[in-house]
Amino acid sequence: MVFVLRSLSREARERVERLELQFGPYGVDHFGVSKRHLAQFFTTLGMFYRHYLRVTREGMQHIPPRGRVMLIGNHSGGVALDGAMVLASLFFDREPPRLAQGMAEKFINKTPFMSSWACRTGQLTGLPEHAEQLLAAERALLVFPEGARGTAKLRKQGDSLVEFGTGFMRLAMKMRTPIVPFAFVGGGDAIPTVANLYRVGKWLGVPYLPVTPYILPIPLPVKVGLFYGAPMHFEGTGNEDDAQVQGMVEGVKEKIRALIHLGREVIT
Amino acid sequence: MKVLITGVSGALGREVALTLDAAGHEVIGMDVRPWRDAPKTVSLHRVDLRKRAAEDVFRHFRPEAVIHMATVTAFVASGDERDRINLGGTRAVFEFARSHGAKHVVFVGRHTFYGASSDLPLFHREDEPPMGIASFPELADLVAADLFAGSEIWRYPELCTTVLRVCYTLGPRGHGTLAGYLRGRYVPTVLGFDPLFQFMHESDVANAIGATIKARPRGVFNVAGAPALPLSVIIKQTERKRIMLPEIAFEAMVGRFGLPTLPKGAVEHIKYPVIVDPKAFNDATNFVAQHNEVDTLRDFKQAFPVR
Repeated sequence: MVFVLRSLSREARERVERLELQFGPYGVDHFGVSKRHLAQFFTTLGMFYRHYLRVTREGMQHIPPRGRVMLIGNHSGGVALDGAMVLASLFFDREPPRLAQGMAEKFINKTPFMSSWACRTGQLTGLPEHAEQLLAAERALLVFPEGARGTAKLRKQGDSLVEFGTGFMRLAMKMRTPIVPFAFVGGGDAIPTVANLYRVGKWLGVPYLPVTPYILPIPLPVKVGLFYGAPMHFEGTGNEDDAQVQGMVEGVKEKIRALIHLGREVIT
Repeated sequence: MKVLITGVSGALGREVALTLDAAGHEVIGMDVRPWRDAPKTVSLHRVDLRKRAAEDVFRHFRPEAVIHMATVTAFVASGDERDRINLGGTRAVFEFARSHGAKHVVFVGRHTFYGASSDLPLFHREDEPPMGIASFPELADLVAADLFAGSEIWRYPELCTTVLRVCYTLGPRGHGTLAGYLRGRYVPTVLGFDPLFQFMHESDVANAIGATIKARPRGVFNVAGAPALPLSVIIKQTERKRIMLPEIAFEAMVGRFGLPTLPKGAVEHIKYPVIVDPKAFNDATNFVAQHNEVDTLRDFKQAFPVR
């Protein structure tokens, strides 16, 4: 265990050095991303990604090695397991490693420790301004268009898709950014949510508290899969009519649905 | 050029006066406070901006440019006094400038205009509204003064008005809010939060104001230099000790036990960043900061070592 941790820590530090981000003299970039925090974060995440969950990944070649890109996928699992696995796959299984930067729920920045760790690892609050700033800086932006509706899926809904927002598509067109669709499957098995306690969550300052048969939303060591599709390009200004944008969103949603089916077959 | 500086006896006012003096401008300084070792080439006038004597200085010298720096924060003045200085003083400066032939007024404001909160974006641009007044009401008069100065742009187009929103300053003079917060050995922070702080060397701020006088851009501009750093890094690099307090204890303990005094609303500014995008200013004036973050922190640390 200690050996594995040391090895992961060494690898995480080495990969952080190869991230193509412009770190300043104190190891912090202009968004506040810190090399030291990234290395610690990915050491922990690497334990889950490499040694705890059995993660199948396909289509990594579809993620461009550099330049702006939006990773658009489905939520699966009661907490941000899906996002964490995307971050780990781009960091550990892509050459050169890339940092995926998600759009965090607003409560995260209000919560002690979560606030500072989210900022230091580049997971900024989900605001349109942040998304544009990250893409303008040629970063890999991770977006779940299902939003909080998606994380609230119960186990039996794990591989389903709920309504997609259209903001991501307008942003992709405005910022002329390719969309890489992906599917995350098995999240419902990893964190088998049976109920979401909204009132308790409100007391705790979070949207809801997911409950599993064993109470706590701790992931089980099961098979999960990440399946990336080919980049999709959309022409436009981002100011198109809703109906037109909705049609494009449906195209991405269908692609993700197909990747979920493929993924489900592969991991079972 | 004949330049009048209000608030000249403050640490930053002196830096600006010396910079403009060295650049060959004729500098007229105005302040109620003394500046004992001022160079003889700077014409000093100890007058209150809101009194008749202040207008006499404008009338007599007829400055071409006016740099208005005589504003105060909640750290140095109480509510009513702040209103009189920040709002009454700013109004007087613009009236005197217009009446006595000035062509350019520079209002030196603060980047805290934008406010700090958990759901505000990084890299504020000049077209954003002030969002922090509800959580930090002590900022209201400075925000109002900034907006009032900005309204002069369209109200009196014959007068060139520049509103600068300058990030925190740091350096050997120890000027400003951030320098005051970092002055002691122990720096209180809120447990679990480590916001980015954007700061700029004092001499770079003076140079930025000098560049404003030279380029005379009309409008509102953010002014900043090197990228922001986490507060923890700033505290460590200036060899202070960070005291991480739960928010409830933070509010109870600041101002006691040798910790710096902070206005109540300032806690949001210790939890969340205020970072501005200075691109428009740099494009308009060709300003480039000369000091990076390492130089700036070193200069502050050397000038204010912890004992």
